[in-house]
Amino acid sequence: MSTRLQSRLDTALEIALFLSMAFALYMALIGAPRERTMGDLQRIFYFHVPSAINGLTAFAVNFAASLMYLIRKNRWWDNLALSAAEVGVLFLGIVLVTGPIWAKPVWFIWWTWSPRLTSSLILCLLYMAYLLIRNYIEDPERKALVSSVFGIIAFVDAPLVWFSIRWWRDIHPSPMLETGGLSPSMRPAFWVCVAAFQILLIYLLRRRFYLESMRTEVERLERQSDVLR
Amino acid sequence: MKKIWAIFRKDMLIEFRTKDSLNSMLFFGVVVLVIFNFALGSLHDSLRSAAPGILWVAFAFSGTLGLNRVFAAEKENSCLQGLLMVPVDRGVIYLGKMLAATVFMLIAELVIFIFSLVFFNLTVWPEIPYLILVFAVGTLGFSAVGTLLSAVTVNTKMREVLLPLILFPVILPVLINAAEATNIILNSADYGQLKLPLTIMSVFTLVFGTISYLLFEYVLED
Amino acid sequence: MTRAPAAVPRLFMNMIEVRGLAKHFGRFSALRGLNLTVGAGEFVALFGRNGAGKTTFLRILAGLSRPSSGSFRIQPHGSGPARSAIGYLSHNTSLYLDLTALENLRFYAQLMGLPADTGILELKIGQVGLAGRERDPVRNYSRGMQQRLAIARAFLHNPSILLLDEPFTGLDQAGSSFLRGYLHSAHAQGKTCIMAIHDAQLGYELADRLVAIEKGVAALDVARPDVSFSEFQEALSHISAGGDTGRLPEAS
Repeated sequence: MSTRLQSRLDTALEIALFLSMAFALYMALIGAPRERTMGDLQRIFYFHVPSAINGLTAFAVNFAASLMYLIRKNRWWDNLALSAAEVGVLFLGIVLVTGPIWAKPVWFIWWTWSPRLTSSLILCLLYMAYLLIRNYIEDPERKALVSSVFGIIAFVDAPLVWFSIRWWRDIHPSPMLETGGLSPSMRPAFWVCVAAFQILLIYLLRRRFYLESMRTEVERLERQSDVLR
Repeated sequence: MKKIWAIFRKDMLIEFRTKDSLNSMLFFGVVVLVIFNFALGSLHDSLRSAAPGILWVAFAFSGTLGLNRVFAAEKENSCLQGLLMVPVDRGVIYLGKMLAATVFMLIAELVIFIFSLVFFNLTVWPEIPYLILVFAVGTLGFSAVGTLLSAVTVNTKMREVLLPLILFPVILPVLINAAEATNIILNSADYGQLKLPLTIMSVFTLVFGTISYLLFEYVLED
Repeated sequence: MTRAPAAVPRLFMNMIEVRGLAKHFGRFSALRGLNLTVGAGEFVALFGRNGAGKTTFLRILAGLSRPSSGSFRIQPHGSGPARSAIGYLSHNTSLYLDLTALENLRFYAQLMGLPADTGILELKIGQVGLAGRERDPVRNYSRGMQQRLAIARAFLHNPSILLLDEPFTGLDQAGSSFLRGYLHSAHAQGKTCIMAIHDAQLGYELADRLVAIEKGVAALDVARPDVSFSEFQEALSHISAGGDTGRLPEAS
């Protein structure tokens, strides 16, 4: 894609993001009906769950990009994988922060060890490990190779983590009920938020990827200028 | 295959001569048991119910030490380089190393387990075959992915610190299932419940064993 | 500047062909389009400052490292993968210190699919002058002895191509003269050798061809009969000085 088309796309994306977020905020905070038992606190849900969805999407992108890197050995894929991991950690971080904020007033505890929350934590740790590995390997080619392998491992591990925690929870049940269900009147607000967050995800991915591509380019230019010296 | 056996045998030979790994693994595992005894002092009467968790924490920590050594020993004199020069499939190196790591860990675990019987005053005669089964399956899973990650970290700065950091999130399914399975054996004797955790652990081992076998060449480098 | 090889009769097929080999580590380029052809049975001495790319080049040929671009072709004479025709010796011995010489060689023999019975291995150990010490742990060997065993290990499978990375480093008189003799006889047996070396005189003595790597390319490539030793020395220092950007020639 040419750069002009790219920047047009970026601008369109920014506009879409602004509009959808504005709409989403309105729907979540004002438009959606007030929940009976939890009151306005429940509105956090509209940010908590879309963030979780974003986190999972980002990690799926990381998995695909890691796989593609191993097949094609093109730095483009590695840059995408890195961007996806960082953005994913960001969104999962939001999940891990909004979770306790929601839980404390409702169930009087900060952390519920629920399957969803705990899995989000483990997933976050997995991708932080991914970033950590990258930090300690200098050579860019090896860094890309090794972290692709780990990206694949982390993604394959995720469902196993989920099932293990689910089973553990079945054995050690908790007295709290997790309200995942939404009344039909809340659904429009929810889906608007999901859509807006997805646009946010794409936007952040593009920005981060762009940054990383520039880094790769600088590296290539430095290498070329070394030859002339 | 004979080559896997050659690698395995070489590692066992070195280890039994120097006992470097085994000593530190055993020592560390026992120390963990002792620390837990003091840390959980208030639970003194119900230590049998806490024992599975404590045991697997000890296993995990000492196992990580062992995994570190699996490739660290090859770094001396660039032995890894010599290994890579040989026309042997990288996956074969993985299998040989994984088997050696599993055996080391099992030996350490058995000894640590005996210590725990003494420290926590447990009697376990009828449960022993089941326990051994859980230990074996859990340890296989541990080393299936641990061997790969050990190769990943061996050439990095701060490798001893990095390995546990990236290993523990990944082997969490094994730890959860193994600890819970041990708990079932020791504290409820409802052996039918063992099917699920054993299945998950076996799936884990198969999946990560295969992935590691296939991807090992990308990770190995001197 | 590459001088084309003079009229050296190319009696043999080209064994190793390297074309435009490049390798970079991030922003640092180790090799920038190296070209080289080595005929079967030729002995190439590789010179160059530290960090010029000699080790990187040898590692790529040995298959330990993947090039970033460019290609190379190795035509082994026997069947089987290229790796089985290559023996690589670096200044790391790749020996397990806690095993005996016999156990070390047995391990490598088993991995390479070679006969591993004690008699054959003892013979090999004897060939490098370590007879009688087979059952000592390598930890007890001197540096020279370890290097000899490393030679036995690296070339256990009797490869037709020998790649050596500064093998004389750290060797005493005895070890050094042993290695010289070994290389002379390998050459006489018609083996192809590429040896990275610092000692200009030693390299000049042993080689058929003299190649210097500077800034990731072959800056010098002459047949030994075509230059006198003093001419060669001059050329070498000229290259080092020419590429010098204020650093000492021996700086890494």
